[in-house]
Amino acid sequence: MSSSAANPRTLFRKVWDAHVVAEGRDAPSLLYVDLHLVHEVTSPQAFDALRAAGRPVRRPDLTVATMDHNVPTLDGPITDPLARDQLEALRRNCDEFGVRLFGTGSGREGIVHVIGPELGLTQPGLTIVCGDSHTSTHGAFGALAFGIGTSEVGHVLATQTLPQVRPQTMEVRFEGDLPFGLTAKDMVLAAIGQLGVSGGRGHVVEYTGAAVRALSMEGRMTVCNMSIEAGARAGMVAADDTTFAYLEGRPGAPQGAEWEQALDEWRALRTDDGASYDDSVVVDVTTLKPQVTWGTNPGMVLPVDGVVPDPGDYDDPEQREAVERALRYMDLAPGTPLVDVRIDKVFIGSCTNARIEDLRTAASVVAGKRVAAGVQAIVVPGSARVKHQAEEEGLHEVFESAGFEWRRAGCSMCLGMNPDILQPGERCASTSNRNFEGRQGAGGRTHLLSPAMAAAAALTGHFTDVRELG
Amino acid sequence: MRPLPSVTGSVAVLDRADVDTDQIIPKQFLKRIERTGYGEFLFFDWMKDPDFELHRYPGASILVSGPNFGCGSSREHAAWALEDFGFDVVIAPSFGDIFRTNAVNTGLAPIALPAEQIAQLREAVDAVNELTVDLERLEITSTSGLRIPFELDAHTQETLVHGLDDIARTLMREAEIDAYEATHTARFDTRALPA
Repeated sequence: MSSSAANPRTLFRKVWDAHVVAEGRDAPSLLYVDLHLVHEVTSPQAFDALRAAGRPVRRPDLTVATMDHNVPTLDGPITDPLARDQLEALRRNCDEFGVRLFGTGSGREGIVHVIGPELGLTQPGLTIVCGDSHTSTHGAFGALAFGIGTSEVGHVLATQTLPQVRPQTMEVRFEGDLPFGLTAKDMVLAAIGQLGVSGGRGHVVEYTGAAVRALSMEGRMTVCNMSIEAGARAGMVAADDTTFAYLEGRPGAPQGAEWEQALDEWRALRTDDGASYDDSVVVDVTTLKPQVTWGTNPGMVLPVDGVVPDPGDYDDPEQREAVERALRYMDLAPGTPLVDVRIDKVFIGSCTNARIEDLRTAASVVAGKRVAAGVQAIVVPGSARVKHQAEEEGLHEVFESAGFEWRRAGCSMCLGMNPDILQPGERCASTSNRNFEGRQGAGGRTHLLSPAMAAAAALTGHFTDVRELG
Repeated sequence: MRPLPSVTGSVAVLDRADVDTDQIIPKQFLKRIERTGYGEFLFFDWMKDPDFELHRYPGASILVSGPNFGCGSSREHAAWALEDFGFDVVIAPSFGDIFRTNAVNTGLAPIALPAEQIAQLREAVDAVNELTVDLERLEITSTSGLRIPFELDAHTQETLVHGLDDIARTLMREAEIDAYEATHTARFDTRALPA
């Protein structure tokens, strides 16, 4: 229906074309930004620059801020003076520049990539930016969403635009039906394993295929969230009835006649028959197994029944050295079965996997069971609303009776800017997005996996195929 | 931003792929609200290792590294730390997309060269550790006579060479932004969202 024989376009290209303010000749195109999400860590210097130049925020109505990276997840005041100053700076800046802030205690605060969709601000066809690389999350709604640096944050605040060179496009098609018990996290980790951590560089990825269509919005957000871990600029999924059902009635979503009109526009936002991508990759999920990372980047990933690789198996000296370095850091011996690797901590949270569905899945695994002796396991909901909803469903009691700690919302141990960090040498099963050296705390060792797999590891104390748990 | 028409200096080699921004500047230093002073925290954890390569190159202004340099987090603090530490140029086979933009906006020149040419550069530097990176002529030269051209799009080149502010340039096109806004109605007003 939406195909245009004369000029078939990809989903990305439709959104891009609709936002070009001015085509660049010898310059990048100027791209209009529909929604700018702001948080405390990457904005203070941008607001300072505005102040110094005497510039206002051009469109405060298209800007929204929250507090997430630095906030403690235990009750009580912030004790870290630097973190407190940064949060106070955001509050001051939002007051001064007229930016809507969902601060700590507002009841709507949370990880910026959780609250955007939750508020209904993340909508198909929009351009969305934020000073955070996981802004790619919002592409799950058929938006073009990407992370930017602080200078660009200032640029968007001042002009509501960004100079951009049009990226290439890549289709990542998930073929086959996802086996029972597997999740969006397994799909995206497998895709990154296949693409490598720079395979998507310079590209906007569109995820297609029946397995993507079958995912909930939470699952699609998990997939798009990790696009950046393959180096991609952004990830997108064309909107469909699942998207519309998620959005309908949310505070920022169109209402009444505007909703109907929006639906008509949104239905046309898909890749036309005959449109081509610059690159195409197929990921077969038919025989996919739960994925666990073993190394120090998200591309270093294996099925849970795999064994730690041997550097000697790599011909390329650069790769061999990278594997050796990773194994040294991770303190893993070649040939070790992943199921024999014991863990110290479990983190269920982050913009990748801290939405209500993630918590429900993890809770269903741990219900009536106990966290293994010696393992500390924490659950950090993605937002105050997710926390509230989970508590209404009684999930906090399921977690707490199993021995998990139930925390307040925030980015928490995904990057450990708040007090939730790994100690040197500690090993963590984490539902977050990055297993870089020191990411969760200097000397800490991170293994990425799905919420169900993290829950299973918490119960047994080592990596375990959640489908084999009795 | 300072103009960067040309850089002559010594080279530091960090021979590994996928150097991520978490390594370049760890998270505990992102709590500061200033834009300056990040140099002393550059590669904070790796610097603790006395064998870390960068210790071998005091005073270097050109960093040479592996593919996908600056991947990961969008933290511009990574570019600020490299610049504050004393680097003016990073040469690598490829860069993380966000880092590349952040570097340009920081006045740190990200120059992509094929691995073979980087090998040539390193060979020249092994003999005499001095290179000139000329951003106006788009070429790298060594005292031994090596001459390697590189590419930068005109906008990036202009930004770096003259130290230009992107915001000021964009605001010169404000009429076009006004015209776009006049024909595009916003879907929401964030200020009207319920508490």
